[in-house]
Amino acid sequence: MKKALAALGFWFFVTPGLAQDTPPDALVKNVTLEVVELITKEKGNRAKIVSVIEEKVLPHFNFTAMTALAMGQNWGKASPEQKKRLTEEFRTLLVRTYASALAAYSEQKFDFRPLRAKPTDTDVTVNVRVLQPGGQPVTLDYSMEKTANGWKVYDVMVGGVSLVANYRTEFANAVRSSGIDGLIKDLQTKNRALAEKK
Amino acid sequence: MRWLLVVTLFASGCATVDGERDPRDPWEGTNRAIYRFNETFDEYLAKPVARAYVKVLHQEIRTRIANFFANLQDPFIGLNNFLQGKFEDGVTDLARFVINSSFGLFGIHDVASDGGIDKHDEDFGQTFGHWGMGPGPYVMLPFLSSSTARDAVGLVPGWYLDPIEEVRPINLRNSLVLLRLTNTRAELLEASRILEEAALDKYVFQRDAYLQRRRSLVYDGRPPREKLE
Repeated sequence: MKKALAALGFWFFVTPGLAQDTPPDALVKNVTLEVVELITKEKGNRAKIVSVIEEKVLPHFNFTAMTALAMGQNWGKASPEQKKRLTEEFRTLLVRTYASALAAYSEQKFDFRPLRAKPTDTDVTVNVRVLQPGGQPVTLDYSMEKTANGWKVYDVMVGGVSLVANYRTEFANAVRSSGIDGLIKDLQTKNRALAEKK
Repeated sequence: MRWLLVVTLFASGCATVDGERDPRDPWEGTNRAIYRFNETFDEYLAKPVARAYVKVLHQEIRTRIANFFANLQDPFIGLNNFLQGKFEDGVTDLARFVINSSFGLFGIHDVASDGGIDKHDEDFGQTFGHWGMGPGPYVMLPFLSSSTARDAVGLVPGWYLDPIEEVRPINLRNSLVLLRLTNTRAELLEASRILEEAALDKYVFQRDAYLQRRRSLVYDGRPPREKLE
């Protein structure tokens, strides 16, 4: 009994700090369900969807790591200022694409797979399956890394296609033909065109 | 349609591109030319037809049509699972076909998936890959879009096993072929819209996504992890 009480006390003390320590699979599940609920409520309202993403989803992504991975060897050649601008533009592009994908969401069900990792692991993949009526389930794999501020996503694989890896050739081609500033410009042009379309 | 593939495979060998070449895509010059042709065809015919199809037919009816064609694929998927030695999956595919064809009224209801029997994705390209054949050069096929040398060869036995091809009278067969094509394009409307928004260079983005996707499928969704440094 005493032990149970001690455990309970310990629980109360520790709980407030736990938000930082939410296990990666629970984090993905909570955020997904919360976002889907909000999206369903705001059906079709693009501006609202973007703000939901900004507020609920983005804090759990490490965009600097994603940009670095997409840049590959060219990342080391970029100046700190270029790195910052690349990350900003890439982030804008990804958010817009993500919002566009979410806007198409309709009543799919999620199957959150149990995490296959040791408690000591600091780099894990969280698997989610999206079940759609009359089709093969689509897999979503979140690559996540443990940081001081909790678990952060650094890549998403959709149906086996890594988002980060898919930008590698495009980025490398742009850098080869017009340098890192050329790539930044390409991303800006792309983002501006998308913003005007809306 | 079949001769087009042969012509493409031969013609592809002759063209080159300037600049640094991607070893996975040695025929990029020809591929890009065919891609532009496909884009034009899609812009003026395939996409408008698919959009009209989505607009005119209710989601419920489109799902029934999609299910009908998807069901006809299951024996073919099962065959490829058997050829890869995945007997349990193969039996599941045949069970799906039997259940959906009967209880699902000729496949228009996917009752098997509702009952937790998942659909698989297999074809001859994956079967070749399963037994160790690499993808070979990337190929852009006229009308059919992204493929590789291996996957394009894998299409051929698929055509001979296609039940729709056996349908007579010819008029009915042609109508079914067109309906299936429209259904396929309609299913891809969302994906192509996202591709349009996400890509800096659509050709490259689509190619890399295709190659990644096929690699993942060959390993049934669990490919050995490629190190991103």
